[in-house]
Amino acid sequence: MTPSEIEKIFRDEAGRALATLIRLVGDFDLAEDALQDAFAVALERWSASALPDNPRAWLVNVAKHKAIDRVRRQAVFRGKQQALVHELELNALVVDEPASILDDDMLRLIFTCCHPAFATEVQVALTLRTVCGLSTMQVARAFLIGEEAMAQRLVRAKQKIKLAGIPYEVPERDALASRLDGVLAVIYLVFTEGYVATEGADLMRPDLATEAIRLGRLLDRLMSDRAGIKGLLALMLLHDARRAGRETAAGDIVLLEEQDRSLWDRAQIEEGLRLVDEALRMPGRPQAYAVQAAIAALHARAPSFAQTDWPQIAGLYEVLLRIGPSPVIELNHAAAVSMVDGPGRALDLVDAISARGGLRGYELLPAVRADLLRRMGRIDDARAAYQAATAATQLEPLRRLYARRMREME
Amino acid sequence: MQYLLMIYQNEVEYAKNDAATSQKMLAEYQAFTQGIVQSGNFKAGDRLQPTTTATTVRVRDGKTLTTDGPFAETREQLGGYYLVEAKDLNAAIEIAARIPSARIGSIEVRPIWVYDK
Repeated sequence: MTPSEIEKIFRDEAGRALATLIRLVGDFDLAEDALQDAFAVALERWSASALPDNPRAWLVNVAKHKAIDRVRRQAVFRGKQQALVHELELNALVVDEPASILDDDMLRLIFTCCHPAFATEVQVALTLRTVCGLSTMQVARAFLIGEEAMAQRLVRAKQKIKLAGIPYEVPERDALASRLDGVLAVIYLVFTEGYVATEGADLMRPDLATEAIRLGRLLDRLMSDRAGIKGLLALMLLHDARRAGRETAAGDIVLLEEQDRSLWDRAQIEEGLRLVDEALRMPGRPQAYAVQAAIAALHARAPSFAQTDWPQIAGLYEVLLRIGPSPVIELNHAAAVSMVDGPGRALDLVDAISARGGLRGYELLPAVRADLLRRMGRIDDARAAYQAATAATQLEPLRRLYARRMREME
Repeated sequence: MQYLLMIYQNEVEYAKNDAATSQKMLAEYQAFTQGIVQSGNFKAGDRLQPTTTATTVRVRDGKTLTTDGPFAETREQLGGYYLVEAKDLNAAIEIAARIPSARIGSIEVRPIWVYDK
């Protein structure tokens, strides 16, 4: 095997191997170091001979022994921790564990990384680093900060796990629903940052969207009875399926109404549609992600922008507003209403949101207003709104879109 | 009368101390503690882990809200404390959320420093 083939297998297995190792050795840093040691051994052994039957079990086993070596060296150096060595040796005897325990390890790792005692951006960073197995440099790039600063943030987070006693466990029943919401929020944040970056030269960062979908699939496999997970996964798949149609080769935005729908990924849309149906059929109150996915599904099914089922989309936004009112959903609702009752009615709704002080500083508000005013033929007002929208965004492709709209109105 | 003596210092600067300086400070603390134990003044005392390990707990509308890091509102002042034993941070947060003032103020949950035996 070539080193790059070995690296790929390692990358696929690292998250799950790490999850089990952390449980066995009880320490994030020790587990990470030991797994890196095991990777070095794998590079040497696997290139010389065939791949072991179960690479993950092999990695965990080798890493376990590397962890014991590390602790022993420290014990000799510091003259203590004999008890820990003993415990590790006992743990090391367990080689083949049932798959259910290994699945639980992965959930333990996910829930620990998304613990609410961490700031949201720390949860995202820890998840990308440990669950997704991204390097510190890749995580730093996702946050547009330096590698050094990110490394320090990760060190502090792992210290907090140890020193503050954040448990390595799946939350108990009472806490599970709210903790799962937190995990889903982290995954969605990774996805949205990949789908529409908040700043910089590129509109999309598909690597992050791909990681988020991978996480969603993993979570859906580990906890298959949760409508929220299926809904979120469906939502991400359906949005991501339109990726090829959303951007020109030059990096300009193509709005939904102008997209070439033949560029959409049909297989991914089919998968998303199946998941939406499953999510909506599950017992319990409708989940916000599932309803958002249902909206995305209506767009995905529509043969064209004009032939989209706008009344049903407007209705689904009203369902979302009942689940959890938010000015952003109100704004989307207004945009759907503009397709049913015309831009004038929608503008009233948008102005009502601003009058209440909602969405102050939300960069897409002036853009939606501008679009409505343009469609109503109020060119001067539309131009002023596009200028406000341009000033409000940090994203180059959006600025170019607004400039194009203003040119088209001349 | 009983008094709570609260120790404030720049933890970032303090962490930069070399081993010898830290050892000297530790020895001074041990001597001080022994002194007030012998004089009968000592009731309780602990070193705290740094603020990077802190979690602040608030309860609003019946929901427990946690934030990463220490208590940071200058509008609120220290009004009391509990030292509790809990199996992990989740259990400590759960207890903190039941403190009546969690509904109107904030509870900072900070682990106690445990010295290696």
